[in-house]
Parts: sequence; structure tokens; C-alpha cells
Amino acid sequence: MIEIHNIQKSFDGNPVLRGINCTFETGKCNLLLGGSGTGKSVLLQCIVGLIKPDLGSITFDGTVFTNNKVDIRQEIRRKIGMLFQGSALFDSMTVYENTEFPLKMLTPEMTKEERRDRVEFCLKRVGLENAGNKMPSEISGGMKKRVGIARAIAPNCTYLFCDEPNSGLDPATSIKIDELIYEITHEYNITTVVITHDMNSVVEIGDHIIFLHKGEKLWDGNKDQILNAKVPELREFIFSSSLVRAAKRVDEESEGGLEALANEPLSEV
Amino acid sequence: MVKTFGSFILFIQSMLVRKERFAVLWNRTIDECILIGTDSVFIVAIVSAFIGAVTCVQISYNLVSPLIPKSTIGYMVREMTILELAPTITSIVLAGKVGSSIAGGLGTMRITEQVAALEVMGINSASYLVLPRIVAAILMFPLLVILAMLLSILGGYLAGTLTGAISAAEYIEGIRSDFIPYNITFALIKSVVFAFLVSSISAFKGYFTEGGALEVGAASTGAVTNSIIAILLADFVLAAILL
Repeated sequence: MIEIHNIQKSFDGNPVLRGINCTFETGKCNLLLGGSGTGKSVLLQCIVGLIKPDLGSITFDGTVFTNNKVDIRQEIRRKIGMLFQGSALFDSMTVYENTEFPLKMLTPEMTKEERRDRVEFCLKRVGLENAGNKMPSEISGGMKKRVGIARAIAPNCTYLFCDEPNSGLDPATSIKIDELIYEITHEYNITTVVITHDMNSVVEIGDHIIFLHKGEKLWDGNKDQILNAKVPELREFIFSSSLVRAAKRVDEESEGGLEALANEPLSEV
Repeated sequence: MVKTFGSFILFIQSMLVRKERFAVLWNRTIDECILIGTDSVFIVAIVSAFIGAVTCVQISYNLVSPLIPKSTIGYMVREMTILELAPTITSIVLAGKVGSSIAGGLGTMRITEQVAALEVMGINSASYLVLPRIVAAILMFPLLVILAMLLSILGGYLAGTLTGAISAAEYIEGIRSDFIPYNITFALIKSVVFAFLVSSISAFKGYFTEGGALEVGAASTGAVTNSIIAILLADFVLAAILL
């Protein structure tokens, strides 16, 4: 479980995060939802330690991360897997080497055979068992995201962070990536935090959703509650999606259509 | 300026704390030695051979007095090459080739979040990415400078004898006369200092790149420009101190 307490961050005097308090629960897909420029990525970077917050604390399973000793912070970081928006695969390494990299760096006690077994398992888990020899430049955006996920889970991460995993992907591939993240979260009982502004993801994998607006948390709940949320900014955000607007029209024309739509798996929509 | 220098010192310091395992750094250093050393042999060979040749031809053009023995040409080629041309020109050439490569490579890694990926994994990215490059440069620059010395002298020999400016015996006599071994030591000290300057300045420029492709290009250009200025300043300071 990750606990965020009163996180504040400003850049050049402009507040980006204004006292965020929230909890990301273990074994759940926690979504950070919000429009562009609302502070989602900054919050994520504060959580993983790439940016130091001005105020507040972040706790990973009871261990304080912010302002703690370097050794303790490093220990926590080694339990973190992260899927970056652009995948951030190492250009000079093959898919296999990218997946093996954290194992080589973080678990020197593993033998070469153990590493090979683990890499093959992870690549198979994301459906890329035949792509190990390819370079990142030779694979598609969706495959890069899969490699990113394989690399993140290879060292048995406890916390998985995904920064807009659907960006630049077609809807079908987006759904597959969402499903993969959802399955992995529940299969390995890890704490997953996903940044998104994609309503498809919200309805598909949002076990716990936090809505950010202008650096503030305005709402939290789950995918079953979000369509009935009363927060005007959230409603404006949700219904700016053409898909949801269309569903709303259907809902108005036939009673309960929207609710039925929200409860259906996206692949059947 | 002072702030940048302070950031540079902190950057160098950050490489040395929380270092990665020796085996990891060793493998990375060997990889970088190949990129910095082996891959630069061709350009260094071409530049140094022609510099030696041109130096020889131009000295013979200027030495018209019959009172000055022709072997002086060989002597002057050797002195100029060992003291100045081989270490300094080679380092300037390498600032262009290696410096831009280091800055461009690190800058691209930064803007594509590869550096952030290392940090999130708990890896000291400065230690993992930069330290091997600096160590490799410090190991490879002196070897390339030694190669440049040999090829410059050989280039001078070929140019002098083929153009008829000097005979082979006279050139060799000049090369062997009044040799001061300390000059070699001085040149190698210079090459080590230049290696550190080129690799660390270029890494600094690349590592802190922000923005996109345009900024990566600007970082590469800045790395080469700053490295060359640093080389020339250090060249003067070292000559004043050590000679």
C-alpha cells in the first residue's frame, strides 16, 4: 500500500500539486485520472522519487520514502517497476536484454540460467516470447509497451507504475495493454498506479480512481461509481469523451443504457 | 558561470557515490573503450599522418638557409608533434567525434526517459552511464596520442622523402637528435587531462539535456565547443606549470 500525505509541489512559484492526500491499495489498479496539466505526471514522479516534493510524505507499506536515508530509498526503488509513456527501452539492447537488464543489475545472485528462465517467463507472459532478438526500433508501439511491462515485472516488483500506457496506441491495442496491466496486478497482488485520461481504461481497469483537477484531488471512487459522480469538473471530463457522450444519448433514449454500458466489458462494447 | 561550475562539481561527485558493482562498471568501461578508442583509430590516423606530412613540408619550405642542417626538419617535426600537435590536435579531433557522441547519446537517453528508467530501478545513472565513459576516455586518449605521435613522424618521413625535401638518413638523424624523454611524459599527462575534460564536459552537457531533438543537437554542439575551449586553456596552463 502506498500512502500519500499532503504532497505539495510548485515550479517557479506556480503550484502544481496542492496538498494531495490519497492511498493506493495493494492488489488494485489505482488510476490517476485528469486532464492534461493537472499534475498527474508530477505526482507520479514525486512518488517514484524522480522529483522531490516541496512538502508532504509518501509511505510505501509503512516505510517513509520522502526525505529518508538514501539506502532506504534505494531499497524501496528496487521494488518499483515502471512503464514509461514512451516505453523508455534501452535502444542499444534487444528486447531480451532490456528485460534481463534489471535482473542483471538488481539481483547479482541470480545465475545466468535463472535469469534466462525469468526473462523467458516474463516475455511469454506479455505475449512476446518470439521477439527476444528484436531491437526496440524493430517493434511496434504496442510491443514496446509490452516489453516495458515485462521489464517492470521481471525483478518481481511490488509496485507497478504506468505513465499513460495507452498513449499512441490504437483502441484495440490499448484494451489489450489495459487487460495485461489488470491481470498482472491481480495475479501478483501488486500495487499498481496508472496515469490515464482515457475513459476506456477507467471503465476497464479502474479498481480505484483518483480524479485530479488543477493540482487538487477532487474525487475518488471506483469504476462503478464514476459515471454517477456529482463533481462538476469530473462530469465535464467524463462527458467530453465522444464515446461516453454517445452512450449518454443511448441512456437518454433507452432507460438504464449507460449503466448497462458501464458494467459491460469493453471488448463487447 | 559559477552555478554551472558548481553543478559540474556536484555531477562529478554524484558519479563517485553509490557506485555500481565493479563487474558492471568494468564491462561498461570495456564497451566504451571500443567506442572511444578502437572506433577513433581511423580518424586519428588520417589526421595525424597528414599533420606530420604538412609540418615536414612547411618546415622544409621555410628552412632555406644552407647554414641550418636538413636534419633540423626531422628534429622540428618530432618536437612539434610530441609536444603539441599529437596530444592537442588529437584531443580536439576526439572532442568533435567522441564528445558529440557522448553528449548526443546521453541527451537522447535523457529525453526518451531512459535515464529516468535507470533512476527508478534504483541505479545511479551518473555512475552507470558516465563513469565508464570517463574512465574509458582516460585509458584510450593516451594510446591514441601515442599512435598519433608515431603516425605524424611517419607522415613527415614519407612526405619529406617523397617530395625530395629531405633524405631518409637526414630525417632519421633529426628524429634521434637531442631527444628529451620527459616530453613524452608531458604529452601523456596532457592527454589524460584532455580526456577527462572532453568526456566529463560532454557527459555533463548531455546528461542535463532538457527538451527534444533540437536541444540534443544544441547539447552536442555545446559539448564540442566547451571541450575545445577547455582543451586550449588546459594546454596553456599545463605548459606553464610543467615545462
